[in-house]
Amino acid sequence: MAEKIKWVHKDFISLDNLSKEEILYVLDVASSFEEVLKRDVKKVPTLRGKSVLTLFYEPSTRTRTSFEMAAKILSADTINVSVSTSSVSKGETLLDTIKNIEAMSVDVVVIRHSCSGVPEFLAKKTKASIINAGDGRHEHPTQALLDMLTIKAFKNTLQGLKIAIVGDILHSRVARSNLIGLKKLGNEVRFVGPATFIPECFKELGAEIYYSLEEGIYDADVVMVLRLQKERMGAGFYPSEREYARFFSINKKTMHYAKKDAIFMHPGPVNRGLEITSDVLNDKRCVVLNQVTKGVAVRMAVLYLLLTGGKSEN
Amino acid sequence: MSRNMKELIIIDEKTFPRVVNRIAHEIMEKNPNLEDLVLIGIKKGGSLLKERIKEAIKKQEGVDLITGDIDITMYRDDIFKIGFQPKVETTEIPCSLDNKNVVLIDDVLYTGRTVRAAIDALFDFGRPKRIQLAVFIDRGHRELPIQADFVGKFLPTSKKEIVVVMFKEEDGKDCVVLREKNGRKNKMGS
Repeated sequence: MAEKIKWVHKDFISLDNLSKEEILYVLDVASSFEEVLKRDVKKVPTLRGKSVLTLFYEPSTRTRTSFEMAAKILSADTINVSVSTSSVSKGETLLDTIKNIEAMSVDVVVIRHSCSGVPEFLAKKTKASIINAGDGRHEHPTQALLDMLTIKAFKNTLQGLKIAIVGDILHSRVARSNLIGLKKLGNEVRFVGPATFIPECFKELGAEIYYSLEEGIYDADVVMVLRLQKERMGAGFYPSEREYARFFSINKKTMHYAKKDAIFMHPGPVNRGLEITSDVLNDKRCVVLNQVTKGVAVRMAVLYLLLTGGKSEN
Repeated sequence: MSRNMKELIIIDEKTFPRVVNRIAHEIMEKNPNLEDLVLIGIKKGGSLLKERIKEAIKKQEGVDLITGDIDITMYRDDIFKIGFQPKVETTEIPCSLDNKNVVLIDDVLYTGRTVRAAIDALFDFGRPKRIQLAVFIDRGHRELPIQADFVGKFLPTSKKEIVVVMFKEEDGKDCVVLREKNGRKNKMGS
């Protein structure tokens, strides 16, 4: 169990800003909140009177619902701003939008944006706590935390594991957040995929790089499969989807390269049959839906920590 | 002893189990039907005391009572006012509390705010037939209309003092001490 620490962060932008102890602490608090999700009455009064606004400039099912669930279970009020029906489509700037939201005394803004660095920029400009729900190719810290909580539940440890992240690394903020977090906790992290998705410079981030699926996931404890982010890429990353699937798809055959008791993860949404096949998704070693459940607990923990700590007064 | 003492032993190791036994017997006396009885400890001191009471009842009656533990952090009324951030711990209630006789157990009864929070928490697990309260020390200074049904010892205190109930498994010995607030600041009973 993690030691109790003093939470000093107003915002939740990146795992890069957090120490190993802080990461373990969030996970520990999250596992306490997991119990609430198993109750008949999934409601506690902890954050009564606080408001959480989700502002998503990119589509999302899981993350947004998960944050909203987490806030509602903790009795905070939630407001969803859908960018397509908001004044953003009339040309309002990001900063003006956030200033107006702040003027309505919102306590937490959960933001997703296609540009890296947007959450950090806004955090400096507003009194509200900003949570990064994914910024461009930069980070998606709560996703990495829920991945870690899932790994911990199945592997009973969070260090000394071999974790292979397979697929479209280049466009993936999930891969970056996981790399940062898992390395801090003392794991071996491998990036596996075609060279077009893993520039040489990624070695500097501390990942081991493999261009062959068989070698990359050999002996792995955890295989994390990423979605091919077609909306972010132009042509030329791979010759055809069929060819990509032939070399890098996790299927009944390729899953055996990993350890016998390896778990298979995917942050969703899944391109079924492309980066991962349906038979793997149906296998009992596939923990994709466990990840989703843990996501709510992790987001409850983050909301709790930001709203009850992180203030300099007192 | 004068008021200048650093620490005063209120219940020593020898008396400690006797007090536990008396509380256990009073609970049994008031609740003849042990089947519906559920013991819930308030973390952390209450959980340890609950284990002792459960053992005492088992020894006497041979009945293994259903027990659980409750963490009240999520139900605190001062979460945005206290200067520190309490750590959320896990609550473990093994069954629905519908129609159960619940005995809520805590080590020290002080302002009554912890008990209020715990009662709120219990209702999220069903509608108990009855909730009773057992505490090891009642130190006074209530801020809410809350009264214990079973009390180990009434101990008039000043607000400048701290009552610490120590358990072998946590602190190396079983005893209750009274300290001045400027000493070590752990486990303030509330």
